[in-house]
Amino acid sequence: MTRRATIGVVVLVAIACVLPFVVSNYRTFQLTLVLVYAIALLGLNILTGYNGQISLGHGAFYAIGAYSAAVLMDRFGAPYWATLPAAGAVCLVAGFLFGLPALRLEGLYLALATFALGVSMPQLLKYHHLEKWTGGVQGIVIAKPEPPAFLGEAGLRMNSDQWLYFFALAVAALMFVLGWNLLRGRVGRALIAIRDQHIAAEAMGINSALYKSLAFGVSAMYTGIAGALGAIAVQYVAPDSFTIFLSLVFLVGIVVGGLASISGALYGALFIQFVPNVADEISKAAPWAIFGLFLIGFVYLMPAGVAGAVRTLLVRFTRKGAK
Amino acid sequence: MDAFIHQVLSGLATGGIYASLALALVMIYQVTRLVNFAQGEMAMFSTYIAWSLINAGMGYWPAFLLTVLFAFAVGVVIERVVIRPVENAPVLAIVVVFIALLVILNSATGWIYSYTIKTFPSPFPKEPLFGNKYMSSHELGAIGVTLVVLVLLYVFFRFTPLGLAMRAVAQNPESSRLVGIRVGWMLALGWGLAAAVGAVAGMMIAPIVYLDPNMMGGILLYAFAAALLGGIDSPGGAVIGGFAVGVLENVLGAYVIGNDLKLSVALGLIIGVLLVRPSGLFGKVNVSRV
Repeated sequence: MTRRATIGVVVLVAIACVLPFVVSNYRTFQLTLVLVYAIALLGLNILTGYNGQISLGHGAFYAIGAYSAAVLMDRFGAPYWATLPAAGAVCLVAGFLFGLPALRLEGLYLALATFALGVSMPQLLKYHHLEKWTGGVQGIVIAKPEPPAFLGEAGLRMNSDQWLYFFALAVAALMFVLGWNLLRGRVGRALIAIRDQHIAAEAMGINSALYKSLAFGVSAMYTGIAGALGAIAVQYVAPDSFTIFLSLVFLVGIVVGGLASISGALYGALFIQFVPNVADEISKAAPWAIFGLFLIGFVYLMPAGVAGAVRTLLVRFTRKGAK
Repeated sequence: MDAFIHQVLSGLATGGIYASLALALVMIYQVTRLVNFAQGEMAMFSTYIAWSLINAGMGYWPAFLLTVLFAFAVGVVIERVVIRPVENAPVLAIVVVFIALLVILNSATGWIYSYTIKTFPSPFPKEPLFGNKYMSSHELGAIGVTLVVLVLLYVFFRFTPLGLAMRAVAQNPESSRLVGIRVGWMLALGWGLAAAVGAVAGMMIAPIVYLDPNMMGGILLYAFAAALLGGIDSPGGAVIGGFAVGVLENVLGAYVIGNDLKLSVALGLIIGVLLVRPSGLFGKVNVSRV
């Protein structure tokens, strides 16, 4: 990390820590969701941005994560924080398993297969033999986590929205640090090499099959953890919250935020959380019309997304400063 | 046994629907080697146009023809304006553009026509044909229309110079350009034809599932499965695949897995076909040199 980047991250974290004390509870809740989406987008970016495997069905892994958390809390009485690693593990396995057949599919066909997964997920969740756990069409309502007692004893007063926000912030920070560590080194280079020239990458001794299925697993794990966190924040899971459009929202997020970029996940998350809110006031159909136009616009004009634009601007700005 | 026959026949009826949309998917694939995720929404949008025309007092068949022509024009315009700039871009960019088209068409239709469900008229008589008790005359008629479209496409590709040129472009764009075929226009024509076939499919589907902006979600998935099963580059295969998927879906739904997992049949089929036999039943096996 350069010194400038370190300063940037510190400032960002400081702002993130102050925000919930200045904005309303509802806004805090929205910011929590931004963090949740950011984790999911980072996961999708590992797979699609860095490794070049197109997934149009990541909403399915988000759903699996959300349901794992909800079932664990509702049926087995697990504490909310313990559901995150569990959801992550479940999705890691699910993603790895789905990634094995996906190894044989390239480009368009993988997109097709994952699209099919995304479309059929709500129906799978409604499956009546699973109703005992999943609650069928009704879904599951879960309790809102209260801030732990030791905070109050330490003199920090927080309501549950604020506590949830900080919990999500901690998880997101952890996931981003882990992701950054994973992607900046050997593994990240291998993933990019497979994306750009898979034959050359294999000739250099990269085990393409292993890396590709691992990328699928890790990506699903990130998205699953996001799903679990999202379920805790929203306090409700139901099959129809996880339609194919959720997967497409994630796609919008990484394209707008910036493919193969870690900070892009954050920009993308802000975009998919707040733009529909504004657009909803125009018409019910407006958010998706805008999403669609942004998708096409970004592919044509800004293929590197917001993250790429910020990078370009920074370079220009610093060069001028150096003169 | 009677119940089983009934399941198979009603499977054939829905299969006819999948076949018609699969045919449109295969059309675009044949010319451009791309799988169009927006195919279902394009068909849905055309069907809404037909609905407007019929509601404005036009007869069914004139509206039908006009809609097919309109869809053809829209297909050509989409290729020239939206797809052309990303022609040589990576697959991801193309998939993103398709998804963008899908959501734009979906939301534009919702915006213009609202999300309330509408009925769509059928051109076929109400009472069942030939006294059969299994399929309504619309279902039989829809299958007939699909087969007619298939034959027309076959004749077009097999016996006309334009069809030959389009097949040439699909096989080898560079060489086709060298012998003077306008490759760009052939691609646009392919899109136009696919959109027209999709419009026919949409108008045959709408009386059964009713008209609403999200009507194509599940159907598109089955059409994908059908096209893959039959071989993504084989129109005849797509139709047979469509019927096969329809029957499989119905029979499995009735006897094996229950009605609430029907979409998973499509998921299983898609993944299964891609893994076991990516070229499908009737498709050409693709060999690429490293």
